[in-house]
Amino acid sequence: MSGPILSIHDLKVEFGTRQGVVKAVDGVSLNVYRGEVLGLVGESGSGKSVTGLSILGLIDPPGRIASGSIKLEGQELIGLPEHELRRLRGERMAMIFQDPMTTLNPVLRIDTQMIETIRAHEKVSEKAARSRAEEALKRVGIPSPAERLLTYPHQLSGGMRQRVAIAIALLMSPALLVADEPTTALDVTIQSQIIAEVQQLCAETGTALIWITHDLAVVAGLADRIAVMYAGRIVEEGDVDPVLDHPRHPYTYGLLGSAPSNNRRGEKLAQIPGMTPSLANLPPGCAFAPRCAFAQEDCRVVPPALTHAGSRAWRCFHPVPDRETV
Amino acid sequence: MLAYLIRRVGQALLVIAAMATIVFLSIYAVGNPVDILANPNADAKEMAEISARLGLDKPLWEQFGLFVWNALHGDLGRSFVFNEPALKLIIQRMPATLELAFVALIMSIVIGIPLGVWAGLKPDAWSSRTIMSGSILGFSLPNFWIGLMLILLFAVQLKWLPSGGRGPTTNLFGIPVSFLSWEGLRYLLLPAFTLALYKAALVIRLSRSGTREAVLQDYVRFARAKGLSPTRIVLVHVLKNIMIPVVTILGLELGSMIAFAVVTETVFAYPGMGKLLIDSIGRLDRPVIVAYLMMVVVIFVVINLIVDLLYAALDPRVRLQESEG
Repeated sequence: MSGPILSIHDLKVEFGTRQGVVKAVDGVSLNVYRGEVLGLVGESGSGKSVTGLSILGLIDPPGRIASGSIKLEGQELIGLPEHELRRLRGERMAMIFQDPMTTLNPVLRIDTQMIETIRAHEKVSEKAARSRAEEALKRVGIPSPAERLLTYPHQLSGGMRQRVAIAIALLMSPALLVADEPTTALDVTIQSQIIAEVQQLCAETGTALIWITHDLAVVAGLADRIAVMYAGRIVEEGDVDPVLDHPRHPYTYGLLGSAPSNNRRGEKLAQIPGMTPSLANLPPGCAFAPRCAFAQEDCRVVPPALTHAGSRAWRCFHPVPDRETV
Repeated sequence: MLAYLIRRVGQALLVIAAMATIVFLSIYAVGNPVDILANPNADAKEMAEISARLGLDKPLWEQFGLFVWNALHGDLGRSFVFNEPALKLIIQRMPATLELAFVALIMSIVIGIPLGVWAGLKPDAWSSRTIMSGSILGFSLPNFWIGLMLILLFAVQLKWLPSGGRGPTTNLFGIPVSFLSWEGLRYLLLPAFTLALYKAALVIRLSRSGTREAVLQDYVRFARAKGLSPTRIVLVHVLKNIMIPVVTILGLELGSMIAFAVVTETVFAYPGMGKLLIDSIGRLDRPVIVAYLMMVVVIFVVINLIVDLLYAALDPRVRLQESEG
């Protein structure tokens, strides 16, 4: 197997706030290979979106990448001058965002927003860029693409807009696509259509995909591997089926248990007790310990290191016993 | 689009009719022009004669009816003082004021938008703080004082620019304008700058807050993720979005610059409409005042219509609603 498309090592991202420095991402390491789909799962504030933005170098002050390494196709991105980073963005790595209503500029036509992307990276004529844009719209399943090119975003439905955003992101056939909850704002039927299309497109071009979401059902159907984040750290990682069938980290276990489909009708929904901890004020040991049913004294002293077992890893002193099914 | 235009013109006519009534009735409640026009030694008979000649002896409703009837025929009355059609007097002065207002408008855009966008992009830089403090001065310093200081500095001390009046004019489509020659433009610079300063401060504030809001939007982040250059993001993605409020406000302000450049015109002895208004108020020259105010109403209505059309050109969402309406 060739080297990973994306290799993140010990990434730390900090935000300076009034309450002091907040470690939004605290030592995340990840590898994503060609054509692979990684599901990055976590609650709001777990650092999954910040991780995604860091890859493209889109962290704005007061946030900053404190340390670590992000390599795209072997090239180190941290410390790269802005103009070189800009050349890679949109060309070798792309990103789509959660709300398709706001990711497209409301006052510019679709064709403007597509053609400018191509021409930011390649010296091609307006006409050539236009026909490529039309081609890209056709690929994401937009009917009569030539007409759609001449419309404004508000004239399209939410699903269409997200398709346009995906078409823009894939215009330059990037090596990596980071999708930050791109279907959360859409209807379930549209959601599954879009997931199927993205999956197919990435498989065709070999684009590696990081799908950031809080929805385990989406990950189960889409991802090859899964990484679960909690309070800025990856707490469990592995191939999707083993992790979802036999979670080892109590947090993953709790997440799966609280999915409505895993609860019996008429019974009270299972929940993880307590709240996500404030990142400015994390407990000294495992960040999940205060909410964890398996926690013991040693959990509250130092944070656990990653335990590796085959292709899986988890960050827990007292993992859920193996073969325990949910 | 046509239906929209017809509806707008209908609204405009209604506004003009309402304003005509209010302006006419309120002006006729103030003072008696005969007292000012007549010779101080005139007796009651002479006063009555003047009153009859000007039509002031008729009952109010008859005077108003006559005014409306004549106005519908394009006649807004004759000046008591100059004995010339009021409209003609105003139109003679109009090019000077329009020219002044447009030069001021362009100045406020050229000064205000770049500074405002800069301050919005770098809110914490000292240069931005300086710009914002400067804009507070632009807001709070009185117009006439700025005018006087500019005269002191550029006309009296440095002797670079003339202190007042209007420069030589050339005819452009039969309208005398002075901005086409350097000599004429020199006379325009100081009064236009005086008039522009407040508007520039306003534009700075609007563009700054618009920019600060826009750079946080997802579409800017997405544009960055596409690998666009910062120049393109600011000049295309941000600027087009912030132009919507700026155009609205500037449109309204243009109306007020045309209509109420009174103070600036007085300080610079600039022969525009504002000065005519002040003189006419002093002499209770009712037809001129009424004609002037009617003109202002029409100008505001027309500018508002133009702003709405521009708005539609800038914001595609507005366009759709119109075609549906």
